[in-house]
Amino acid sequence: MTEEIKYKVKICTGTLCHVMGGAELPALEDHLPENLKSKVIVKGMVCENYCNETDLKPPFVLINEELMQEASIEKIIQFIQNCE
Amino acid sequence: MTHSNNATRTRRELLIQLCKMLKEDTIEEQIDRIPLNMRPKDNQSIRCCVHKDRAVLKYKIMALLGFNIDDETDELTSLHEYLHLAKERKKLTPKVMTVVDEACSSCQQGSYNVSNMCQGCEARPCAVNCPKDAIHFVKGQAEIDHENCVNCGKCLQECPFHAIIYRPVPCEESCPVKAISKDEQGIEHIDYDKCIFCGKCMAACPYGAIMEKSHIVEIFQAWKSEKKLIALVAPSIAAQFRQSVPKIYNAIKKMGFSDVIEVAEGAEMTIKHETEEWSERMHSGCQLMTTSCCHAYTELVKKHISDLEEKVSETPTPMVYAGKMAKERYPNAVTIFIGPCTAKRHEAFFVEDIDYVLSFEELGALLVANNIEVEKMDEEINIKYAKIDAQFFAESGGVSKAIKNKAGNSINEEIINGINKASIRQLKQIAKGKTESNFIEVMSCEGGCLGGVNSLIKGKQAINVFQKNMNDIVS
Repeated sequence: MTEEIKYKVKICTGTLCHVMGGAELPALEDHLPENLKSKVIVKGMVCENYCNETDLKPPFVLINEELMQEASIEKIIQFIQNCE
Repeated sequence: MTHSNNATRTRRELLIQLCKMLKEDTIEEQIDRIPLNMRPKDNQSIRCCVHKDRAVLKYKIMALLGFNIDDETDELTSLHEYLHLAKERKKLTPKVMTVVDEACSSCQQGSYNVSNMCQGCEARPCAVNCPKDAIHFVKGQAEIDHENCVNCGKCLQECPFHAIIYRPVPCEESCPVKAISKDEQGIEHIDYDKCIFCGKCMAACPYGAIMEKSHIVEIFQAWKSEKKLIALVAPSIAAQFRQSVPKIYNAIKKMGFSDVIEVAEGAEMTIKHETEEWSERMHSGCQLMTTSCCHAYTELVKKHISDLEEKVSETPTPMVYAGKMAKERYPNAVTIFIGPCTAKRHEAFFVEDIDYVLSFEELGALLVANNIEVEKMDEEINIKYAKIDAQFFAESGGVSKAIKNKAGNSINEEIINGINKASIRQLKQIAKGKTESNFIEVMSCEGGCLGGVNSLIKGKQAINVFQKNMNDIVS
């Protein structure tokens, strides 16, 4: 039986996010702890212009619909663990 | 393992801001404001205070303008003035890296220390096994006498409570050839007679205090001239963007490059000539030849393993061939090598056909400044890709494989994947003839150029992205 996907992590694939560290975020899949492995799906998303329309800092990630700035693998995992 | 950290982010943020200002021609008015904008007064400081942070940023910008920090004669020189000096500059220098002394935290000399985990046990194996008798007990706690300690690390191995810790100096620790060391104030300096330009110190410093001297000012000057700009892209570019190769090349063209030439096309020539050279050497009774494509390696041999010098292939590097092709096709053009490598910047200084060098990081910053989304580029491109064997020069083992495919099974290769203290010892043994192999491939970065210091994607991920793009090129 496969568990339901609870968390959709969407990584901005825009050039700015990529250069500012987003390039490494797809490795999230390899770093997920056991309890989250089957619950998280990692995808790319086309640049939504958060970099120009907000004062927030890249790289950007959407976890379900929640926006995270200055995302790192550790921060994403921490966020999801807190939701669990 | 991930590679992003705040020192890397700061460098990239500075690069992006500079490129934007150069692109929009606002740099004259804005350059002196960058440190203030990035570290505003109400912000928390990283160092002692916001003023220190700003000074650090100023000198990092000075390096990005292409200056050696040591060259400063008057501390009051503004970035605005440095910008003008950079624009008037006629010549680059082969000292491609510089230590930003303001940023260097003069980390205490690497040493062993006793932490408060010490239980003052009866066995005291740390003291008993210390060959210099440098450990004594004060109030039941071990203490290391640093006058006598020779940093052998025996105490750390012996302590059953893991109470001994080693605190390294990261840049010195990462340097495979002891080319970086402290002055009386504890500030690090690069000894260019020893340095092989591998860039490992740059990646290791937690303060981002070691910087490459960028050519971006020169490149923007060239953009403004009548001349054509030609991009010479290292094959590892295919691992940098998680986008297809044609999209990446189209993005570079869209910025205003007249053409993109694959350095892998030059690698085809290297493969041809290096294979011939190897056969000739073996026929004339030589037992061994090593590669010559990695410039950090050839610098290592020149400066530290002279016994190996005559074994190094004399075949020019792929960059040299590619530069020649570019100047033949576009005689008056400005040629810019784009790659992940600090050593290539040094090599390029001596190669007439290469005018400037851009790192992948700098390429990324330029794309951002030009508002180019690689993802949205056209998938169609009119290009004949270099052969797959030549593309794989980017990966450790790739050069051997290419030469073997051409020369046949009489090649018995040994692959040195990464220059470090251990592999240097191994190379010194090889220089004495202690090897079964007749072909030695050496790459300074672990994983080859795919692990290059200035890569946007590194490690396993870089290999995956590269492999996928190579499959697409072949099909």
